[in-house]
Amino acid sequence: MSFFLTLFVLFVALAISWRFLGSYMAGVYQGNVKFLYRFEKIIYTILDIDPNSEQTWKGYGLSVIVFSGISLIFTYAILRFQNVLPLNPVHFGSVSPALAFNTSVSFVTNTNWQNYAGETTMSYLSQMIGLTVQQFVSASVGLAISITLIRGLARKKSSYIGNFWVDLIRGILYILLPIAFIGGIIFVAQGALQTLSGPMTVHDVLNNTTQVIPRGPVGFMESIKQLGTNGGGFFNANGSDPFENPTPLTLILSVFLLLVIPFSLTYTFGKMVGSIKQGIAILMAMIIIFGISLGIGVYAEMQPNPAVAATHLVYQSSGNMVGKETRFGALDTALYNIASTQTSTGSISGANDSFTPLGGLILLSGMMLGEVSPGGVGSGLYTILLFALIAVFIGGLMIGRTPEYLGKKIQAKEVKLAALGVLIMPITVLVLTALAVSVKAGVGEISNLGPHGFSEILYSYTSQANNNGSAFAGLNGNTAFYNITGAIAMLLGRFGVIIPVLALSGSLSTKQIVPTTLGTFKTDNSTFTFLVVAVIVIVGGLTFFPSLSLGPIIEMFFHRKFF
Amino acid sequence: MIANLKRSILSCIIFLILCGLIYPLIGTAIGQTFFKFQANGSQIKQGSLLVEQSWNGPEWFQGRNDGSVLTVGKDNIIISGTNQPGPRSKALIKSVKQRAEKLLSEGILPKNDLVTTSGSLIDPDITVAAAEVQVPAVAKFHHLKQEVLYKLIAQNTVQKQFGFLGNSYVNVLELNLALSKLNPTKLDIPKVNNTNSGNSILKASRVNKHYQKIQVNKTRT
Repeated sequence: MSFFLTLFVLFVALAISWRFLGSYMAGVYQGNVKFLYRFEKIIYTILDIDPNSEQTWKGYGLSVIVFSGISLIFTYAILRFQNVLPLNPVHFGSVSPALAFNTSVSFVTNTNWQNYAGETTMSYLSQMIGLTVQQFVSASVGLAISITLIRGLARKKSSYIGNFWVDLIRGILYILLPIAFIGGIIFVAQGALQTLSGPMTVHDVLNNTTQVIPRGPVGFMESIKQLGTNGGGFFNANGSDPFENPTPLTLILSVFLLLVIPFSLTYTFGKMVGSIKQGIAILMAMIIIFGISLGIGVYAEMQPNPAVAATHLVYQSSGNMVGKETRFGALDTALYNIASTQTSTGSISGANDSFTPLGGLILLSGMMLGEVSPGGVGSGLYTILLFALIAVFIGGLMIGRTPEYLGKKIQAKEVKLAALGVLIMPITVLVLTALAVSVKAGVGEISNLGPHGFSEILYSYTSQANNNGSAFAGLNGNTAFYNITGAIAMLLGRFGVIIPVLALSGSLSTKQIVPTTLGTFKTDNSTFTFLVVAVIVIVGGLTFFPSLSLGPIIEMFFHRKFF
Repeated sequence: MIANLKRSILSCIIFLILCGLIYPLIGTAIGQTFFKFQANGSQIKQGSLLVEQSWNGPEWFQGRNDGSVLTVGKDNIIISGTNQPGPRSKALIKSVKQRAEKLLSEGILPKNDLVTTSGSLIDPDITVAAAEVQVPAVAKFHHLKQEVLYKLIAQNTVQKQFGFLGNSYVNVLELNLALSKLNPTKLDIPKVNNTNSGNSILKASRVNKHYQKIQVNKTRT
């Protein structure tokens, strides 16, 4: 019963934020919010930018690519030179080249896939100026891209889609920093670490135990990790570590933070295109997929763990507790992990690998459907809008008219770009998974045999290509093979979608808005919502069903079989 | 292109200072000023309230099965979350069976959270039910009345946060501290270095006084 109350409180908090944060974000990107303008102006002066000038989609795209490239070099250099930089109390050595490459790609692409244990690899300075910085920046880039697509749909006959530098700076200053700051205070008040003193050594006279406990600046990294749907934690155990996620309050706060921007962006979208109802139609599509996944996932984790049940010694009244924390229990852990895979966060409050087969399938499906329910910060909205364009196209075929979305004619070029943006992820995942299961370097690193081992590999590429970053941690990813192929998956999954989206924004913004007539296919009602959901499910299902049936589905039918 | 490069480098430096230094350092200042206890690791003299320790045998209340698989890295630093067995893993069956049989031999009903490992591997808590099934064994070992221990568990239970969030649970370190305080002379407290056991008992009770002070600062509801 109290779990339903938890869901209700979460729902109310998200509903209020949807209305007000959504409207605030529209104000930020339209330039109406100005309370930090003085500070903003200083940055514009340093960068030599006229905040009123705008870029074409090519100019915008070039800025995104160059900026991301430089961010990548910065992060890589910090990780490589952490041994000579300050704030390294345990004197960790420089991060190896393959791992530093994988990690910097991972944080720049908002993935936060981690092939390392933070507490024994990264210095405090690397965590702060390397990783935390990218958690802000990559989230703001995602937000900016989604705003260009909204502008493309809203503008008439314009070849400009905004100024990347202005969008980037405003996203960080007005949206991410203030919310993350307040969240960070709550995390620390509840028990998250926030210190620069090195590890502590404790000795308990009662049981004669000595422990060396790692510490660091955790709490404030934690809040941006969730808010920016990044997911890269300070510790190896991520959000299940009591120092990152100390109480049930921080768990529910985390779930709130990771859902709030992706859901609220649908309001921003509605407001900027001049019809909130259009935003609601998209929001409902997100909610339907999220709700169904949550229902099945929570049900799955209330079931006993098959391996524990096989001992016939334990009565599992509290559900599947393998890999779960006592203070959260099975239900809250399922809520967190599902929210984190339905957004592109990928942080965990319990071991994904130890979820029941059905629960594991739900975690995977959230990513395989393209991270749109509600998806990552910005990336969720732009990806679901790609699906919406395909839905409009299919709807147009059904009624035999040139498809339109928000008054923009959707022609061959737009449909091709949308299809490219939607298909790049499954192609990347399937090709790389096929490669990994066919070479020794790939199959040598899995820890579970049989279909679960296949799931581990499939999960790792699905997670990376969707910029999610959660892991079925049975796989040892810190090898040259997985570091490099993983980085390729992350780069394609991020920029392989961003570039078509920007091209689409540019192409849409040049179009005239045609007036609505009686024959116009309506995109602000429940019919359209269901069409969008159907397109998402059919595309995801068709591309991934064969590989899913080799992994989690076959595993569900293996009663009494253990590997 | 040149303008883009210049702006990229400059903005990387600006964000590095703003989000990588100012943001976490102001956060650290706030943590160290207002939440000193939490920000430094919820440390009491015996350890951290947020990190599990291994408590073996019916002499103490035992925690999750994490100690069996916990690993340490450079300088013996604890690495969290290293073990995530799949739901059909033979290794998982084996470890659960071993642990359950050990508990049964000590006269303890193997509760779900006592035989499984957590996600962090440093889960400091157990459910109230898992504490209560250990009462007969612990009471027998110390020749204590069971009612006393049930009361001890009730006193150390952390209720659901705000009455509805998460689980209610018992912190194993707190519970064992309370147990040692209850009847310190009957507890076989191991010798520490060159001090005799009488001294370490004295030390333990002093620790308890210190601990009571700290409890006031705790904000976990």
